[in-house]
Amino acid sequence: MGARQHISANVNGDPVEFLAEPGTTLLDALRDELGLTGSKEGCGSGDCGACSVTLDGRLVCSCLVLAVEAQGRRITTIEGMADGGTLHPLQQKFLEHAALQCGFCTPGILVAAKALLDVNPDPTEVEARYWLAGNLCRCTGYDKVIRAVMDAAADLRQERV
Amino acid sequence: MSDVDYLAPTSADAAAKALAAGGAAARALAGGTDLLVQLKSGRLKGGLIVDLKHIPGAIGVREEDGAFVIGAATPGATIGEHAGLVRAWPGVVEATHLIGSTQVQGRASMAGNLCNASPAADSVPALIAARATCVIVGPSGRRTVAAEDIPVSPGRTSLKPGEFVLEIRLPARAARSADAYLRSIPRTEMDIAVVGAAVNLTLDSGGTIIEARVALGAVGPTVLIADDAAAAIIGSRLDAAALERLDAAARGACRPISDKRGTAEFRTKIAGVLARRAAAIAYGRARAKGEN
Repeated sequence: MGARQHISANVNGDPVEFLAEPGTTLLDALRDELGLTGSKEGCGSGDCGACSVTLDGRLVCSCLVLAVEAQGRRITTIEGMADGGTLHPLQQKFLEHAALQCGFCTPGILVAAKALLDVNPDPTEVEARYWLAGNLCRCTGYDKVIRAVMDAAADLRQERV
Repeated sequence: MSDVDYLAPTSADAAAKALAAGGAAARALAGGTDLLVQLKSGRLKGGLIVDLKHIPGAIGVREEDGAFVIGAATPGATIGEHAGLVRAWPGVVEATHLIGSTQVQGRASMAGNLCNASPAADSVPALIAARATCVIVGPSGRRTVAAEDIPVSPGRTSLKPGEFVLEIRLPARAARSADAYLRSIPRTEMDIAVVGAAVNLTLDSGGTIIEARVALGAVGPTVLIADDAAAAIIGSRLDAAALERLDAAARGACRPISDKRGTAEFRTKIAGVLARRAAAIAYGRARAKGEN
């Protein structure tokens, strides 16, 4: 019913333009229009966090954002996390701690964990667990995920010194 | 969601006009954490989505002579970052913070929580206990109504076609006032309240409760105002006898259903317990304010 709208936004620091039907989610636009398939659709209802991105710096589920809402906004996805070929410390620690198995939830957890460390560089384990409560992982049991996040946080604090 | 249209008006009046023209299938969009889920599931039919977020004042918290005005599309995360609001209304803020995950907090609004009209909505008992009012904009102008007058039954509101909530107002506080909200869920996070209880009270300089309001969630078709529970503690210093009276009155106000989340009997018992505990927290907070 609704005509496709022309959307200009900034994704991972780069200006992007795409066409979106009014009912298309930001997640589908990222994946299907922009080819950024790191963000996943787990549930499509905001329960699992696999589609986590930041929208003007705020952590959101991209499955619960309309693509047309992205007009003029700044979005970061998992694709913006590594610096070229150099992994972000969180990504590196997830590898070292084997904090993933199937990996489907991992992009969302990494984006969410980075959002945590951006506002709270020294979280307690309880704070990290509550922050990540909206990121479901059916493989790891979360323990390795939390260990990797805490370890990465410690490394990032060292880098700041 | 292939059968929807989207408008992002930049004034409240334009939004009301668009909603009215859109008819029964037109929906106001704030954070979208309920609306988009309901459109995707087919529970709501597609139609016109009117995004409120480009209306001036729709996002943000401002203080006006001790009162707080919260824009309808203000996300929960932003509400918790307003130091003055957290100081004045810790119960409203903690209730709002219980809605969903960090991601949901990045989008979900109190006005959306209210207009979704779930009897288990976490922020609603706190808003009602706080005597919050809502500024409603519609095709025939503006009106202000009490928060409790918006939900009328599960999923239904008193809003007329074309009307939407533009802002929520929390009144100025008397000295030695505080509120608290508690909910019961079977896990620690990410669940829907089996029971919720909000208590808002004001003390005199001697620590006697001179005003109180108690609201209970998920124990009726809408959030219930338990006037007898409030009366049970007014005039007391929240001693053991007052807490017992509060517990009994809160239980007496309940008219829950039994469902997969809990039986009516369980909900009723827990409502008394939570009312007592929330009252104790609010009382402690109000006393602490008196000492400052």
